[in-house]
Amino acid sequence: MKKENRTYWKGIEQLKNDKDFIKNAQNEFPEYLPIKGSSNNSRRDFLKMMGFGLSAATLASCEAPIKKAIPYVNKPVDIDATIPNYYASSYVSGSDYCSVLVKTREGRPIKIEANKLSHISGGGTSSQVEASVLSLYDKERLQNPFLNGKKSDWKEIDNYIFENLKFNSKSNKNNYIISNSAFSPSSQKVIQKFKAKYNFKHVQYDQVSYHGSLEANSKSFGLRKIPYYDFSKAKVIVSFDYDFLGSSINHTLFNNQFAKTRAVNSNKKTMSRLYSFESNLSLTGSNADYRIPIKSSEQVFYIASLYNLLAKKYGKTPIQFKNEIVDSNLSMIADDLINNFGSSIIVSSSNDEYVQIIINAINEILNNYNTTISFDTPYNLRNGNDYEFNKFIKDINNDNIGAVIFLNCNPAYDHALGSIISSKINDIPLSISTSDRMDETASLVKVIAPDNHYLESWNDYEPIKGFFSFSQPTISKLFNTRQFQESLLKWSEDDSDYFDFMKSNWKKLSKSEGINTNFQIFWDQCLHDGFYELKDKKTFSLNSEISNLLKNVSFWIDQNYSPSDGNELVLYLNSSVGDGIQANNPWLQEMPDPISRVCWDNYLSISSKLANELNLQIGDMTTQKLLLKLDSGKEYLIPAIVQPGQAEGTVGLALGYGRKKSGAVGNNVGQDAYEMIEFLKGYQSLTIKNIQLSNSNEEYRIAQTQTHHTIMGRESVIQETTLKKYVEDPNSGQYQMKIYTSKGYKKPEDISLWKGHKYNNHHWGLAIDLNACTGCGSCTIACQAENNIPVVGKDEVLNRREMAWIRIDRYYSSDADVHDLKGLEKASENPDVTFQPMMCQHCNNAPCETVCPVAATTHSTEGLNQMTYNRCIGTRYCANNCPYKVRRFNWFKYHDNEQFDKNSSMNNDLGKMVLNPDVTVRSRGVMEKCSMCIQRIQAGKLKAKKENRRLKDGDINMVCESSCPSNAMVFGDMNDPKSKISKYLKIKRKEENKLQVNEERAYNVLDELKVSPNIWYMRKIRNKKES
Amino acid sequence: MIKNSSYRIVSKMNFTSVIFTYIFILFSYLNPYNLFAQDSDPIDNSIVSNGEKIFKGNCTVCHAINDVVIGPALRDVHERRSEEWLYAFIRNSQKVIQSGDEYAVNLYKEYNNTLMTSFDFNDDELNSLLEYIKSESAKPIEVAVVEEDNDLEISSGAQSVVSNTTVNILTTLVVILLIITLVVLIQFNKLSKKYILLEDTISGKKLSESDKEFIEYKFNYKRFLKSDFILGATTFIFTIVLVRSCIDGLYTVGIQQNYQPAQPIAFSHKIHAGQYEIDCNYCHTGVNISKSANIPSVNICMNCHNAIETDKPEIQKILTAYEENKPIEWVRVHNLPDLSYFNHAQHVKVGGIECETCHGPIKEMDVVYQYSELTMGWCINCHRETEVNSKGNEYYDKLVALHGKNSKNPLKVQDIGGLECSKCHY
Repeated sequence: MKKENRTYWKGIEQLKNDKDFIKNAQNEFPEYLPIKGSSNNSRRDFLKMMGFGLSAATLASCEAPIKKAIPYVNKPVDIDATIPNYYASSYVSGSDYCSVLVKTREGRPIKIEANKLSHISGGGTSSQVEASVLSLYDKERLQNPFLNGKKSDWKEIDNYIFENLKFNSKSNKNNYIISNSAFSPSSQKVIQKFKAKYNFKHVQYDQVSYHGSLEANSKSFGLRKIPYYDFSKAKVIVSFDYDFLGSSINHTLFNNQFAKTRAVNSNKKTMSRLYSFESNLSLTGSNADYRIPIKSSEQVFYIASLYNLLAKKYGKTPIQFKNEIVDSNLSMIADDLINNFGSSIIVSSSNDEYVQIIINAINEILNNYNTTISFDTPYNLRNGNDYEFNKFIKDINNDNIGAVIFLNCNPAYDHALGSIISSKINDIPLSISTSDRMDETASLVKVIAPDNHYLESWNDYEPIKGFFSFSQPTISKLFNTRQFQESLLKWSEDDSDYFDFMKSNWKKLSKSEGINTNFQIFWDQCLHDGFYELKDKKTFSLNSEISNLLKNVSFWIDQNYSPSDGNELVLYLNSSVGDGIQANNPWLQEMPDPISRVCWDNYLSISSKLANELNLQIGDMTTQKLLLKLDSGKEYLIPAIVQPGQAEGTVGLALGYGRKKSGAVGNNVGQDAYEMIEFLKGYQSLTIKNIQLSNSNEEYRIAQTQTHHTIMGRESVIQETTLKKYVEDPNSGQYQMKIYTSKGYKKPEDISLWKGHKYNNHHWGLAIDLNACTGCGSCTIACQAENNIPVVGKDEVLNRREMAWIRIDRYYSSDADVHDLKGLEKASENPDVTFQPMMCQHCNNAPCETVCPVAATTHSTEGLNQMTYNRCIGTRYCANNCPYKVRRFNWFKYHDNEQFDKNSSMNNDLGKMVLNPDVTVRSRGVMEKCSMCIQRIQAGKLKAKKENRRLKDGDINMVCESSCPSNAMVFGDMNDPKSKISKYLKIKRKEENKLQVNEERAYNVLDELKVSPNIWYMRKIRNKKES
Repeated sequence: MIKNSSYRIVSKMNFTSVIFTYIFILFSYLNPYNLFAQDSDPIDNSIVSNGEKIFKGNCTVCHAINDVVIGPALRDVHERRSEEWLYAFIRNSQKVIQSGDEYAVNLYKEYNNTLMTSFDFNDDELNSLLEYIKSESAKPIEVAVVEEDNDLEISSGAQSVVSNTTVNILTTLVVILLIITLVVLIQFNKLSKKYILLEDTISGKKLSESDKEFIEYKFNYKRFLKSDFILGATTFIFTIVLVRSCIDGLYTVGIQQNYQPAQPIAFSHKIHAGQYEIDCNYCHTGVNISKSANIPSVNICMNCHNAIETDKPEIQKILTAYEENKPIEWVRVHNLPDLSYFNHAQHVKVGGIECETCHGPIKEMDVVYQYSELTMGWCINCHRETEVNSKGNEYYDKLVALHGKNSKNPLKVQDIGGLECSKCHY
């Protein structure tokens, strides 16, 4: 057995061995934690309170409060109290889309689940999709239409708009409809109708523009679309800063496809290889087998050089340009691509159409079109056009706009030129917004006609050509809002209902599809499934113009790109707050960034070299603000963190923060970066060159949820190996501590004091594949929604009191020796990254159970470690004795408490509608932790019992498992030899109470403690080239 | 009727009465009418009982065998109408009436133009339903049965009185014996004193020291009462009683046993569930499928009360609620705390527990009250004592087999983790 000598550390503090860090590493919490509301109460006060409490309790008990039970007047047939109903629907926010199932209880949506039937999103969700159910119950949503800043009604605003539109049609000014990418066929028909009547132009934009890529495809193949990538067929993937696992279009599907290529077992011992060139450490980069940190502005040189290497091999004309790069990595990639001809994908984030043309050329040389990349079913999710938007801005500047309608978009905030819109919008005679809140744009327009939330709306979508998807209302409208389609129909003087309008479109489509059965049956089936796929997907014949286009590329590169020594700023979308549309969602704000583990902030991520140059003082949860000066002269004070893997000469900053008018939760969190976006020859660029950085020495507290949990050199936490070693020896990378006894070395399990438990009925277990987990974090938000987990706010996260039941630990690794501090530092510049979802391990020999003085945490006959809130007296012994640090203590009452008003799912009547009625809302002073979704286990068991049968796979899904886009988790009954988990882990039972897991990759975290967890991890395998 | 009275007798839980019940049940099986019914169609038994289930679950709301309720009495209906007609009418009466069937139209008019609800039964179900009606029709009109029933009930009641007196006599005997012993002891004491004195006077000897002491000994009650021992003991007992009653008192905090709030509508379970024997499931639709049994929605009340007793003020309240689309705000009687999870389907559908086990004699309640304590101790106790209803449920097969290996006792709920915290608290 070979021992890996890798060292893992969780943060810079551990690496540097800071004084503070060493002091605090031994403690669970830092010292001197303030307790809000504590005062100098004397013992006498305490006794008074006790006395009062006792008498109050006695008095209160004399007369129990009268509770009402109010049944329906007319009970709907398919709704039974306490039984959830599921409806297929579509999540749409900005230009993003996901197929979902909405779980409703007594007519209110409480949870978004993945639609496993639909092929569009790959049967998973993302954190933003999971969180969107809370946005429905956001009290900051507009509750009625507004006219000139005053509350109004629909009749009044309709009349106002009619009059103005009529008046406006006399003038020669241009009229605009502005929206994010539109991909709803029926809505587009409505827009067409309106456009035709009043002479409007429809301009689309995306928060992060795909203009370059779209233009390149348009010029190369004559189709202005993003093609369909099938990562599951790709053996080699090269990504140039394109975060297809984290923030790109349809990343849930990409995660799913990518995970399929990473699955390794005794029958399939091959894997895809992912190369990533990037500046900021993204999810894609951290999942890459080879990550090459580069300056974003130099991306083009790498791409062109790679093209030249391939062109040489396949006898094409190379691109002549000045700064050709000769890099061993590039030649290795070229070789790999040549070896996998026709089964690779090369993608880039560049918004420069010439760069994208080279990317297209590479994919063409490698014969990837119609194998891994297809224009037969392209994406409709990104249609934004920078040139057209610039024309709109030009018209605004020239006062040449008669009317503008902002359809569910907020360009005043999320467009680089938003400031121009906000300064000039007052001069436009008629400005309308359909925003759901008083956001940066809506607060400036004359008329606000608020749209419904997507969970209250009818709609159809075509996110991928030929793949349709439906939205249906899962709750009646909460407020006096109206779907924008209905508003547009009304303003086009068409009184038909949008639902009827949409249905009639589908009637036509069903005929053209040759559906001869009753339309209603077809329609019901569509709504039931939530999607419809065209029977005949037409193929798109590719007529490539690339060779002609390449002629201009050399000149373009030399003219526009040159290497620079200065620092550059690289903007990106993170996977929590994302584009900022849902910034008022506290679940997303408190979700730690998968890489930096920072929440409630955006920050400049800088390399340790730059930090040393700037003399940045980073303490425990403290940092300093840097003064960022852009070329344009704008100055910003932004806190910075040191990010291992940050490319030298680059600084990262997330978009989506710094909102001014999103609502109480999202306002003034972080710094708005949209306004920093630059324009290069008319299109947006997220790379801002020539920035100046200096240390302001202003201290800033930054909330991070990791760095304080230390590994302490225990190699049994993360195990990994390489594909080659795994093929040679499936046990490679295994670490097993042996303990010396009088009879020689023994495995820890052989010298246990514990007798073990006997599980007659079920034995629940969960297997997590570290190879599949990409760290996206959708499970964490899904868990938050399912288990009523409170949001504690930034201050409490700073006190290490976050409540998440499942967290995703991120470990950086290095090949250097533990004692070689210099070596460690060098490797930290570009570490390998491993993600590890960590929740209660449901130990069979649970250390928490033995220390609880009141038996509030006990073991069940099904292998679960149960937590009984009402027995808990809050000694926190269990948390101290838990080796995994997964127990969370309720330091405060987070519900109905003004101090925690950001915990909006528990502090106002509207927000409380999202709570899961099957899970207790915990009160102050009790411990809580992952229950393995006991409510779902019980419900699944009951279902089987009612049907007089044994449980089978699929009856019970843990919420983290079902939300995972890459299917990294397998839950099931380890006692059932037929279950998926038993086969996955190759479980055999020799003795009644001893379970034997024969899967070579499976291991328990901290196995040497012999706490015998029921959560199994599958060793991570990297596809490294080894000679 | 027979089933019902036997239930009542069993509920008295008296050994002898149980024996008598068995004898009674035995007799009821030997009942000539039953024998007759079985003779006519030997495979009938399960079909008839199935039909009975369907009848009680769906039809009793509007129909009885012998009486006109909302719809006609169903005695001998199979002789009045053909099978096909009946099938069609039960499945969709409206269709039959609209088809112009004379009998159906007349029936519709005769019963105040009340439409019969359509039931989507399959042929087997309808067949068993008709078989049940046939078997019921074959029985003589109920009066006789009722009399017979009463007789038996009285005799078994008398039996239980007898057994009670046995207990009483035994207790009296013990008490008398105790008194006799006491008297004998006192007499013995007196006699022995006299004997010593007599012996001495006869022998003329002086009394020995010990004898003297024995004879002269007089009990000082005053000193006895003031002694440390008595004072201490009294204080101790007093404190114990006080503390105990305090603790007992505290344990009743939050327990709402016998809680009987006034309801907005004077709905009587005694009439609906008792007198008319409407199946609980008819109104409490969730009891077999979900966590909550469901307070019936107004439209369920309206199934009957759009025709029955519509002029009564209490029924008027339902009508108003229905017309104004305003839900009725019933007062919740059973308030389980939020921290505990209870599922009706688990207990009723899976566990096969009768409603009365927890809700008490609901069929005799005019106003519902909380019959059980609904404390955790009460729950746990039941989980300790109750056997798992594992028969015919494949889910439990493995558990029963494993349990059978290690134990001769039946499989109780506690044996499959019924006492674990996370079964009810999460």
